[in-house]
Amino acid sequence: MKSEMDKLIVSSSPHIFVKEDVSYAMRQVIYALIPATLAGVYFFGLYSLLVILVSIISAVLWEAFALILRKKPLNILLDFSAVVTGLLLALTLPPKVPLWIPIVGSGAAILLGKQVFGGLGDNFLNPALVGRAFLLSSYPQIMTSWMEPIHKIGGMVSQASPLTSTATPLAIEKLKLTGYQIPSYFHLFIGDIPGCIGETSALLLLLGGLYLIYKEIVDWRIPLSYISTVIIISLLFGKDPIFQILAGGLFLGAFFMATDWVTTPLTTKGKIIFGIGAGFFTMVIRLFGIYPEGVSYGILVMNALTPLIDRTLKPRKFGEVRK
Amino acid sequence: MKIYGFKGGVHPPEKKELSKDVPITKIPLPERLLILTIQHTGAPTTPLVKAKDHVFKGQKIGDAQAFVTAPIHAPTSGTVKRIALFPHPNGRNVLGIEIEPDGKEEIFPDIPRDLSWQNLSPDEIKKRIREAGIVGLGGAAFPTHVKISPPPEKKIDTVILNGAECEPYLTIDYRLMLEKPQLIIEGLRILMYALGVKKGIIGIENNKKDAAEVLRKYIDRDIEIAILPTKYPQGSEKHLIKAILDREVPSGGLPLDVGVVVNNVGTAVAIAEHFKTGLPLISRGVTVTGENINSPKNLEVLIGTPVSKLIEAAGGFREKPGKIIFGGPMMGIAIYDMDTPVIKGTSGVVVFSEKETKYYEPVECVRCGRCIDVCPMGLMPTILAKYVRRGKLIEAEELGILDCVECGSCNYICPSRRPLLQWIRVGKTDILAKKRK
Repeated sequence: MKSEMDKLIVSSSPHIFVKEDVSYAMRQVIYALIPATLAGVYFFGLYSLLVILVSIISAVLWEAFALILRKKPLNILLDFSAVVTGLLLALTLPPKVPLWIPIVGSGAAILLGKQVFGGLGDNFLNPALVGRAFLLSSYPQIMTSWMEPIHKIGGMVSQASPLTSTATPLAIEKLKLTGYQIPSYFHLFIGDIPGCIGETSALLLLLGGLYLIYKEIVDWRIPLSYISTVIIISLLFGKDPIFQILAGGLFLGAFFMATDWVTTPLTTKGKIIFGIGAGFFTMVIRLFGIYPEGVSYGILVMNALTPLIDRTLKPRKFGEVRK
Repeated sequence: MKIYGFKGGVHPPEKKELSKDVPITKIPLPERLLILTIQHTGAPTTPLVKAKDHVFKGQKIGDAQAFVTAPIHAPTSGTVKRIALFPHPNGRNVLGIEIEPDGKEEIFPDIPRDLSWQNLSPDEIKKRIREAGIVGLGGAAFPTHVKISPPPEKKIDTVILNGAECEPYLTIDYRLMLEKPQLIIEGLRILMYALGVKKGIIGIENNKKDAAEVLRKYIDRDIEIAILPTKYPQGSEKHLIKAILDREVPSGGLPLDVGVVVNNVGTAVAIAEHFKTGLPLISRGVTVTGENINSPKNLEVLIGTPVSKLIEAAGGFREKPGKIIFGGPMMGIAIYDMDTPVIKGTSGVVVFSEKETKYYEPVECVRCGRCIDVCPMGLMPTILAKYVRRGKLIEAEELGILDCVECGSCNYICPSRRPLLQWIRVGKTDILAKKRK
């Protein structure tokens, strides 16, 4: 038995580990986004699939570029986080954007949003939202040109040609635009309405979100506290709460971005505060800001406040003397 | 009975099916026994014998002056071959006494034959338990006489027996509950008598309900059985008390601060057996298991038996071993020497093949917060590990690093594969070393 002894491995306990690693979690997020992504392609046409693919591929290439510059091993790409960033960014883009938009956007997301801080885990802002914010402030016209869906659910044929511009339901409501009709709850829920590629189908985003909750990748308290806050503030200001939660990017944000591990608080209490804060800032922007939609900035503001939340809120220690 | 539970914890695969239905058996007397002078938490013992001495079964061969210690005994009759350094499960080499058995099993003449505990005073019982070298058999091996000698100002009202056995793979406590229920109850009654306590509770996880049913047949009004949810680390003393009585041992405190003494079911058996036979603690039950063991077993082995003999008795390795763990896979210690002997705290030997031995390259913390969710002590493991890595020991201490019970739940769950517990251990050791100065 002596010869076998040379081969024995000695390490600190524990000696067993869960199977689910970071790469697993990222892949689950991708799976959860597939229904809403496919719906986006169905509603807005194959060109949006091209936008999505360009966004994902360029995000991965930007990540590889940054890793080479930083002399880091390229197998970090296998954590799939760049794919998630590229996909999420694409889903927050209007369907008709020129193809250089996702390339520039994913560059901003990966380089400015993540790699300058040291890569996944060290970034404090949601990379996809950094990319989107960068694009929105640099190319506001392109980033607010919408189209009517080419396919409608329920037999209704789109009246406007896909080439003519339209407005999102939130913009119609907020700016009281004439000549446009606010879609019914049914269409807001299904998602055959103008908007970003992947944000319109509340139904399929909810489905994906529930999958991630079931898989314990996301903490249900964040979407719940986020969406509840939006409902409460809507009621306080006499807005239609159902419209406020179904229109715009709330479900995409609440289930897939406000739940990003890296950029949200560590503790359960902190996560609830994050959800409430994101809901608050989303509604502040929607009600009083110049933009019709406030989800992106709402989450980014709370990302920035996360270190403060983590420093303040600590879990209660076992056996701690109650004061 | 109402169960309160505790916050945190994990659900690793139980793997108890490998050995749970195998009754406890003895193994042949090995050619040599290595009795280490450190078997327990506390002061090491000093050998009382020298090379070439003849020893009887049950003869005391090592003791120390300190209060927190436990004497060691010869597990069988034979000759002392040498007193030298031998591999200890903790990874160090430790002074030990090598005995060559003569096969005669001659019992030490001074051993009292009948010790009806009912005729002894609580103090005499405590003295006997000390002299018998009985320590906690759950793993930490804390001397039992110390546990049951609380300072007079601490009022103890409950004795809890720990039958949770929350470590994956291990089944020895389960087998003891099935096979020796009367001894367990007897041991509990001795403990209750020694402590002057009227209430005894046996805590068992609900994956061992059949064992609870067996025990229930032998209990009376003074003893209750608490069925607990199966969740690691339910068998941690503090969490057992919390789950059963909803009392929290204060930070830095002991169970006796909340009026409780906790002992393992195996310890209760050892106590009852001692008062029956007069023999000190010279053997214990050990589960030898793992997918890489040909026929996993629950064995009763003499203290000092080299691990190679246990593996032989369990049919040997299936394929090349990668890791041999003393204890369970969550808190056990990986050993590197097949001569490493069973000590009083050895509850199991778990073997992984080379293929099953996992090593992952850690990546950056992704701040998922799972380590915080699962920490049964309400700590923030990822932050503690970060502080230790940066040498910020004061901050780590403020954040409660010394409260860590080293259950390993954080390390088990981490999707970034970070060796969180290893860092926390480094920090605790450094902080305690600084305090000692």
